[in-house]
Amino acid sequence: MSLLGNLTLDAIPYHEPIIMVTLAVIGVIGLAVVGLITKYEKWGVLWNNWLTSVDHKRLGMMYIILALVMLIRGFSDAIMMRAQLAIATNGSEGYLPPEHYDQIFTAHGIIMIIFMAMPFMIGLMNIVLPLQIGARDVAFPFMNNLSFWLTASGAVLINISLGLGEFAKTGWLAYPPLSEMSFSPGVGVDYYIWALQISGIGTLLTGVNFLVTVFKMRAPGMKLMQMPIFTWTCTWANILIVASFPILTAVLGLLTLDRYLDFHFFTNDGGGNAMMYINLFWAWGHPEVYILVLPAFGIFSEVISTFTGKRLFGYTSMVWASGAISILGFVVWLHHFFTMGSSADVNAFFGVMTMIIAIPTGVKLFNWLFTMYRGRLRITVPVLWTLGFMVTFSIGGMTGVLLAVPGADYVLHNSLFLVAHFHNTIIGGAVFGYMAGFAFWFPKATGFHLNERLGKYSFWCWQVGFYVAFMPLYVLGFLGMTRRLNHTNNPDWNIWLYIAALGAVIIFVGIILQFVQLYVSIRDREQNPDLDGDPWNGHTLEWSTASPPQFYNFATLPKVHDIDAFTDMKDKGIEYQAPDEYLPIHMPRNTAAGMQIAGALGIVGFALIWHIWWLAIVGSVGMVVALIARCYASYVDYYVEPQEIAEIEQAHLANVATVKEELV
Amino acid sequence: MLIRKLGYSALTASLLLLSGCEGGVLDPKGQVGIDEKYLIVVATVLMLLVVIPVIGMTLYFAWRYREGREQEIYDPKWAHSTKIEVVVWLIPIVIIAILGTLTWYSTQKLDPYKALEHDHKPITIQVVSLNWKWLFIYPEQGIATVNEVVFPKDVPVEFKITSDTTMNSFFIPQLGSQIYSMAGMTTRVNLIANEAGQFDGISANYSGAGFTGMKFNAIAKPSEQAFDEWVLAVKHSPAILTDERYAQLALPSENNPVDYFGSVESELFNHVVMQFMGTMDHHEQSEHSAQMHMQAED
Repeated sequence: MSLLGNLTLDAIPYHEPIIMVTLAVIGVIGLAVVGLITKYEKWGVLWNNWLTSVDHKRLGMMYIILALVMLIRGFSDAIMMRAQLAIATNGSEGYLPPEHYDQIFTAHGIIMIIFMAMPFMIGLMNIVLPLQIGARDVAFPFMNNLSFWLTASGAVLINISLGLGEFAKTGWLAYPPLSEMSFSPGVGVDYYIWALQISGIGTLLTGVNFLVTVFKMRAPGMKLMQMPIFTWTCTWANILIVASFPILTAVLGLLTLDRYLDFHFFTNDGGGNAMMYINLFWAWGHPEVYILVLPAFGIFSEVISTFTGKRLFGYTSMVWASGAISILGFVVWLHHFFTMGSSADVNAFFGVMTMIIAIPTGVKLFNWLFTMYRGRLRITVPVLWTLGFMVTFSIGGMTGVLLAVPGADYVLHNSLFLVAHFHNTIIGGAVFGYMAGFAFWFPKATGFHLNERLGKYSFWCWQVGFYVAFMPLYVLGFLGMTRRLNHTNNPDWNIWLYIAALGAVIIFVGIILQFVQLYVSIRDREQNPDLDGDPWNGHTLEWSTASPPQFYNFATLPKVHDIDAFTDMKDKGIEYQAPDEYLPIHMPRNTAAGMQIAGALGIVGFALIWHIWWLAIVGSVGMVVALIARCYASYVDYYVEPQEIAEIEQAHLANVATVKEELV
Repeated sequence: MLIRKLGYSALTASLLLLSGCEGGVLDPKGQVGIDEKYLIVVATVLMLLVVIPVIGMTLYFAWRYREGREQEIYDPKWAHSTKIEVVVWLIPIVIIAILGTLTWYSTQKLDPYKALEHDHKPITIQVVSLNWKWLFIYPEQGIATVNEVVFPKDVPVEFKITSDTTMNSFFIPQLGSQIYSMAGMTTRVNLIANEAGQFDGISANYSGAGFTGMKFNAIAKPSEQAFDEWVLAVKHSPAILTDERYAQLALPSENNPVDYFGSVESELFNHVVMQFMGTMDHHEQSEHSAQMHMQAED
């Protein structure tokens, strides 16, 4: 047995020019970033203010940066697949052999869902939720930092697979027996398991953390039915996380036992049964899509009610509609495999349950409509994303209900119609929501505005690109094209494959414009400051703080009497009142323990992937030692003195006064 | 607006397809597929009754109540109306009640396991998915084919399906329902061709490197006589599918050509299914899978 387990130099894919060029580009960019940080002497700032930070706002921004980086990776996969399918028609093999192509579609799915959408959602929730409920931080700030680093560890593992070994060639579901040792003997599935497992634990901890935050740390006076709607939808999503992620942990654990210790949970022989994996996977996987989309629904609600300058229509309906979606989301998993041979009664039951979800979802759409009714809608970038969502998601919802009819699913299952459907809901629902939330809360998080014009260009590219890319896939599904084909040989399909590739290019332009927008906005930040912290005339408490918010969020905890707590204060004329005196604020200290624990766990994952047993033991010991050290650490908190608070608050109130004078 | 235009052109494109492009699930050649196409059309039309007004209202409300239209009423505190709430809950409830009923009955009717109502006795074809090809065994005729399945039109066919490898999905889009093939289990699907012709057959569940090439021809012969003639021709083929020959066939291969076997080991299909059962008590096993009605033997 070698000291490096199964790891040898052959693990580097020298023979794949695409991968080697990609690695070279990543290397150059990485060196450039390191060089710039060194040149501007920012290592200290990076370490002290960001990497070790337990501040929910900083962690939220790091989550979003991670999401944007992974968006580039996941989208590169997407455009390579579309290019392959546009080239590999009429029996041509294209430029990506199955060996590589199969890894790409697996990585695309995992990266986009677990390492792009999830961090984006959790990032927005981190930045906004504690502010919305008038809390100074989350319930467990250190655990929040640990969650982030666990997610980052998983992301690092999946990216290492690019240059060392391979990634899974199983599809993002990793269905056994294909994902078992007998059919996938390489390290790909092991990368899949450990990347997902480690980041999944991070997500589970986040769910626990934010549930406790919401239940224990609301501002005085805020009843549950007075929480802002985004906080409510995040809360439902966190309930789903806490209930469903342990299932993922368990099912990956069982697959791990199969692969590492020759167990037979899901193998063909030895009494294994792959149907168990498929059921368990979707018992997590279906709630997961609601985890992604519910917070987005909350964002749309906030955006619509803010930019129409109105209260949200049907708040109570919205809360319970989200609750109904969450609960029903747990009893529909079987619709992912109507074609497994269950009896008609079972299929019909799960089909009808799935359709019932369309009722609360439909109610939400109507409630957004009636929020616009008799309002004064300002067509800003977040509003454009919201309107784009309402149109696009209606179509995605419709095709989803169609797939919920077992008789229709028998011919549409696993076809490109299905691929079109879930992109229609995940892009048109979740991602559009995150984009809306990004534009909406960007000034709050950073203290300056995004460039509006570039934001609109980007939105239109995404919107148009989406239709051009995915409507042809609906057609191809009807034409009988199944998913995960490496090449095709059917002249009737060609035109639709070309159009879909064009659509991907249009979305690509949209993504580039977003990065250009980010660059231009940061460059011009001095000209576009958000001085008073309330750029949109917001309803909820996050807009009562400075932009970026004071590190302790609220000098004195706000008293809440209404759903739109900040609007209520403005109506009463008490929105910017300085208290008679400031009291010291108890704050957590930054810590490197999260990085240490998650880093050690990442090393354990890497060691297990390559069967480097000694390193797995070293990593495990390191992790436990770091955890124990953290448990006994005494230097974990401090008090902010009233004098410092007074200075910060006076500066904020002075900014507010300046803006008010300008308005007058 | 651009969105609307695109939405509509997509819709028109889909509707054009509904009226008949060649191939695919909207150009069915068998009763099951025809019923499923009809179901898709009815369900879509029902849903469009809500979806089109919602899309229209979204764009109309956004336009009508936009900033700067001071002539419109502005009511910032209006956030509840019992009447509207009742209506917005009722509309989706009614549509889903109708769709749900349709779903319940259509699922019973289109149950892939249910024998088709037909005067003619069905013929049975056993299907084994291998890496990466399809093996068809005709127990009544005593022959076997690879990547080509032949049956007469207007005669119901009962496919009994298993896998000797990973999970695949047996699917002839123009005839209707697909079903998974899984090792150690038998799944079933009942299909019929209303017209003679050759149709594409695929695996609709990704199964590894050779998945793309895992295609077969489904040929519906114009008459039973033509089918019998074809069977006779295959019987003259010298190749025999013994257990040894099968073991050879089961080795991974890609883009397999069509192949014929003039005779076949009679219990081959059951051997393939039962090989994974090990020492498991047969009674226990059938009880275990009864719920999913996937007994290894009938």
